[in-house]
Amino acid sequence: MIVSGRKLRVATTSLAGCFGCHMSFLDIDEHLLELVELVEFDRSPLTDIKHCGPCDIGIIEGGVCNAENVHVLREFRKHCKILIALGACAVTGGLPAQRNHLDVGQCLQEVYHTCIGVESLPGGQVPNDPELPLLLDKVHPIHEVVRVDYFIPGCPPSGEAIWKFLTDLIAGHTPRLSHPILRFD
Amino acid sequence: MFELETASQTDNLRRVAIDPVSRVEGHGKVTLLLDDHNQVQQVRLHIVEFRGFEKFIQGRPYWEVPVMVQRLCGICPVSHHLAASKALDLVVGAVSITPTAEKMRRLMHYGQMLQSHALHFFHLSSPDLLFGFDSDVGQRNIVGVAAAHPEVAKQGILLRKFGQEVIRVTSGKRIHGTGAVPGGVNKALDPADRAMLLQDVEQMIVWSRDAVHLTKRLHTSNPALYDQFGLFRSNLFSLVRADGALDFYHGHLRLRDGDGKVLLDGVDYQNYHHLLTEEVKSWSYMKFPYVTAMGREQGWYKVGPLARVQNCDFIPSPLAEIERREFMDHGQGGLVHAPLAYHWARMIEMLHAAEVIKELLADDDLLGDDLMSCGDRRREGVGVIEAPRGTLIHHYQVDEDDLVTMANLIVSTTHNNQAMNEAVRQVARQYLNGREITEGLLNHIEVAIRAFDPCLSCATHALGQMPLTVELLDGSGRLLDRRVKG
Ligand code: SF4
Repeated sequence: MIVSGRKLRVATTSLAGCFGCHMSFLDIDEHLLELVELVEFDRSPLTDIKHCGPCDIGIIEGGVCNAENVHVLREFRKHCKILIALGACAVTGGLPAQRNHLDVGQCLQEVYHTCIGVESLPGGQVPNDPELPLLLDKVHPIHEVVRVDYFIPGCPPSGEAIWKFLTDLIAGHTPRLSHPILRFD
Repeated sequence: MFELETASQTDNLRRVAIDPVSRVEGHGKVTLLLDDHNQVQQVRLHIVEFRGFEKFIQGRPYWEVPVMVQRLCGICPVSHHLAASKALDLVVGAVSITPTAEKMRRLMHYGQMLQSHALHFFHLSSPDLLFGFDSDVGQRNIVGVAAAHPEVAKQGILLRKFGQEVIRVTSGKRIHGTGAVPGGVNKALDPADRAMLLQDVEQMIVWSRDAVHLTKRLHTSNPALYDQFGLFRSNLFSLVRADGALDFYHGHLRLRDGDGKVLLDGVDYQNYHHLLTEEVKSWSYMKFPYVTAMGREQGWYKVGPLARVQNCDFIPSPLAEIERREFMDHGQGGLVHAPLAYHWARMIEMLHAAEVIKELLADDDLLGDDLMSCGDRRREGVGVIEAPRGTLIHHYQVDEDDLVTMANLIVSTTHNNQAMNEAVRQVARQYLNGREITEGLLNHIEVAIRAFDPCLSCATHALGQMPLTVELLDGSGRLLDRRVKG
C-alpha cells in the first residue's frame, strides 16, 4: 500500500490482551527508528491521542471482553482502511477466553467476596459503578464483531514477524509469513 | 474516608474523564467531578478491566501455571512466571533449588528489570520529562523523543533490547517463554549466548548510569516541580534480603513508616495473608490492600522503585550504591516521597540490574547441568518476588491429583492503588482547582499516574460485574452474546 507523498497513519490498541503483543511490536528494536520514517502514529498506547481518527492501518491486540472493547473496536474498523488482528487473543480470544466456560457471577463472588483476605462491600456486592464498562459473558475474537483484513497468530507474534508483515504491507506486497517466523506459541 | 475520593453529593457536578489513560500499560481511566467554580470535588482512578485468572486457573494442572500466568502481563511476564514458579517449588518440595536454577532465574529476572525500567522511562515517560507536561500532544511520545533527542531514544531502545535478549536466552522467547518450572529450570545458559551478552553488558552499565544522571539532573534542576508534584506521604513496603540488601528475587518483607522508621521486618512471606487485607470498592476492579493491623486509613503503602531503594539498607553493587546514597542525601535525613522521584529511583535500579547481570554472567554455575530439585510434596505454596513495579504475591493450593484448587494473586500495581489515587488527587488540588481544564492540565494527572509505572493489565486479573444488560451483535445484527444483571 503505497500512498505517495505522505506517511502512512497507524493506530494500535489493546483490548482484552496483556500488552505482550504491543511489547513484541517494540521488539522490532532499532527498526522502530526506520518505521517512524515511514509511518506516523494515531491513537496508540504509545501516544496521547485518545480516539482513533482516519488511518491506513489499525492494529488490534486482544479479544473483546466488555462493552468498551466493542466500542473501541468499531471505532477502529470505521476509521482504518486495513484492520489487523495481532496475536492469539485478537485472533481466537486467547488465554482470557479460558473464562468462557465459567459463570461470571460466581467468579465475582469468589474474587470480591469469599477469597482470602478480602474485605468485601456491604452485602457481598461486587464492583458495579457506572464508570466500569459492562462485561460480556464471554470473551470473543475480534472477527466475530467486525470484518478483519489480516490475522497474525502467535502469543505474541515475534518482533521479527511483525516487522516482516508491516514492511511487506507498506511496500505494497501481500504480506507473507512462513516458518520459522510464523509461530503459534 | 479519603479526601476527594467521594463527593458529598453529585448533583450539578460536571464530569471530566481521561479515558483511556495513555502511555501506561493496561486499561485505566480517571474521572473528575467539578463544581460550577471548577473546584474538584471527586477524583478516582478506575481500573476498568477484568480477566479472571484466579478462577480459571483452578482445575488446571499446577505445572501449566507458570506458563499461563505470564499472560497476565506482557511487560513483566517474567515476574509472574517466577512468582508462580517460586510458589510451586514449595508444592513439589523444592525448598531450595540448585545454584544453576537460582542463577538462571535471577539472570532472567534482572534482565526483565532492565528492559521494563528502560521501556517505562524511555518509551513511555521521557516525553513528559523532556518536553514538559503540557507540551504538544503530537510530540509527546517516543517518536517525538527520537526526533528531538535521537541519542536518548536509541539508548532506550538498545537497553530494552539487551534486557529482552537476556530473557530470550534464559527462557527461549523474549515474551512468554518457558525457562522456570516448579522445582528449577529447564535449561542452563548456552556459552555462546553468554559471550554474546558479555560483549554488550559494559555499554549497558554506562548507558544506565547516564540515565540515572539524566533523571537526577531533571529532578535537582527543578526541585520546586519535582519535589512537590503530587506529593503525599505513606508507608513503604518491599522485600529485602536477609542482610538488608536490595534484592529483586528473594527476601523477607519489610514495612517502613513515612518517617523512615521500620515498623515490621523479617516477615516470612508465607504468612502474607496474616499481614494484609484487600478492600473492595464499588468503583474499581482493583482492590485496595492495607496492613490489617494498622487499618484502612493508616495501613496503605507505596511499593516499587521509590519504596525499594529507600527500604533496603544498601544496594549490593558498587555504582548503584553510590547513586542510592546520593538519592538518600536528597531527602536530607528524611524519606523522599515525591512521586516524580520514582523515575530517579527506577533508573538506579536499572543500573543495579545491569551490574548484577554482568556479575552473574561471570558465574560458571549458569552453565551447570544440575537443574531440578524436589522433595516431599506439599499442598500449598506462596511465591513473592519484587517485580519491576513492586511486590508481587502468588499463592496456590494444589490437590493430590496435581490440580490447582485455589489461587490468590496480589500484583504490584494493586499495592499502589491507594497511593496512585492519592497522587492524582494531590495533582488535582495543586493544578486543576479553579482553572479551565485543558488537555495539558489533564496530562498532569497522567504524569502522576505514570510515575508509578502502573501495570493495569496485571491489576485486572479479578472479575467484575455487569450492572446492566448488554447485547453484542455481529456485523449483520446477529446476537452473539447477551448478559443481564443478576
Ligand atoms: S496474544 Fe499473547 S502476548 Fe498477545 S495479548 Fe494475548 S496473551 Fe498477550
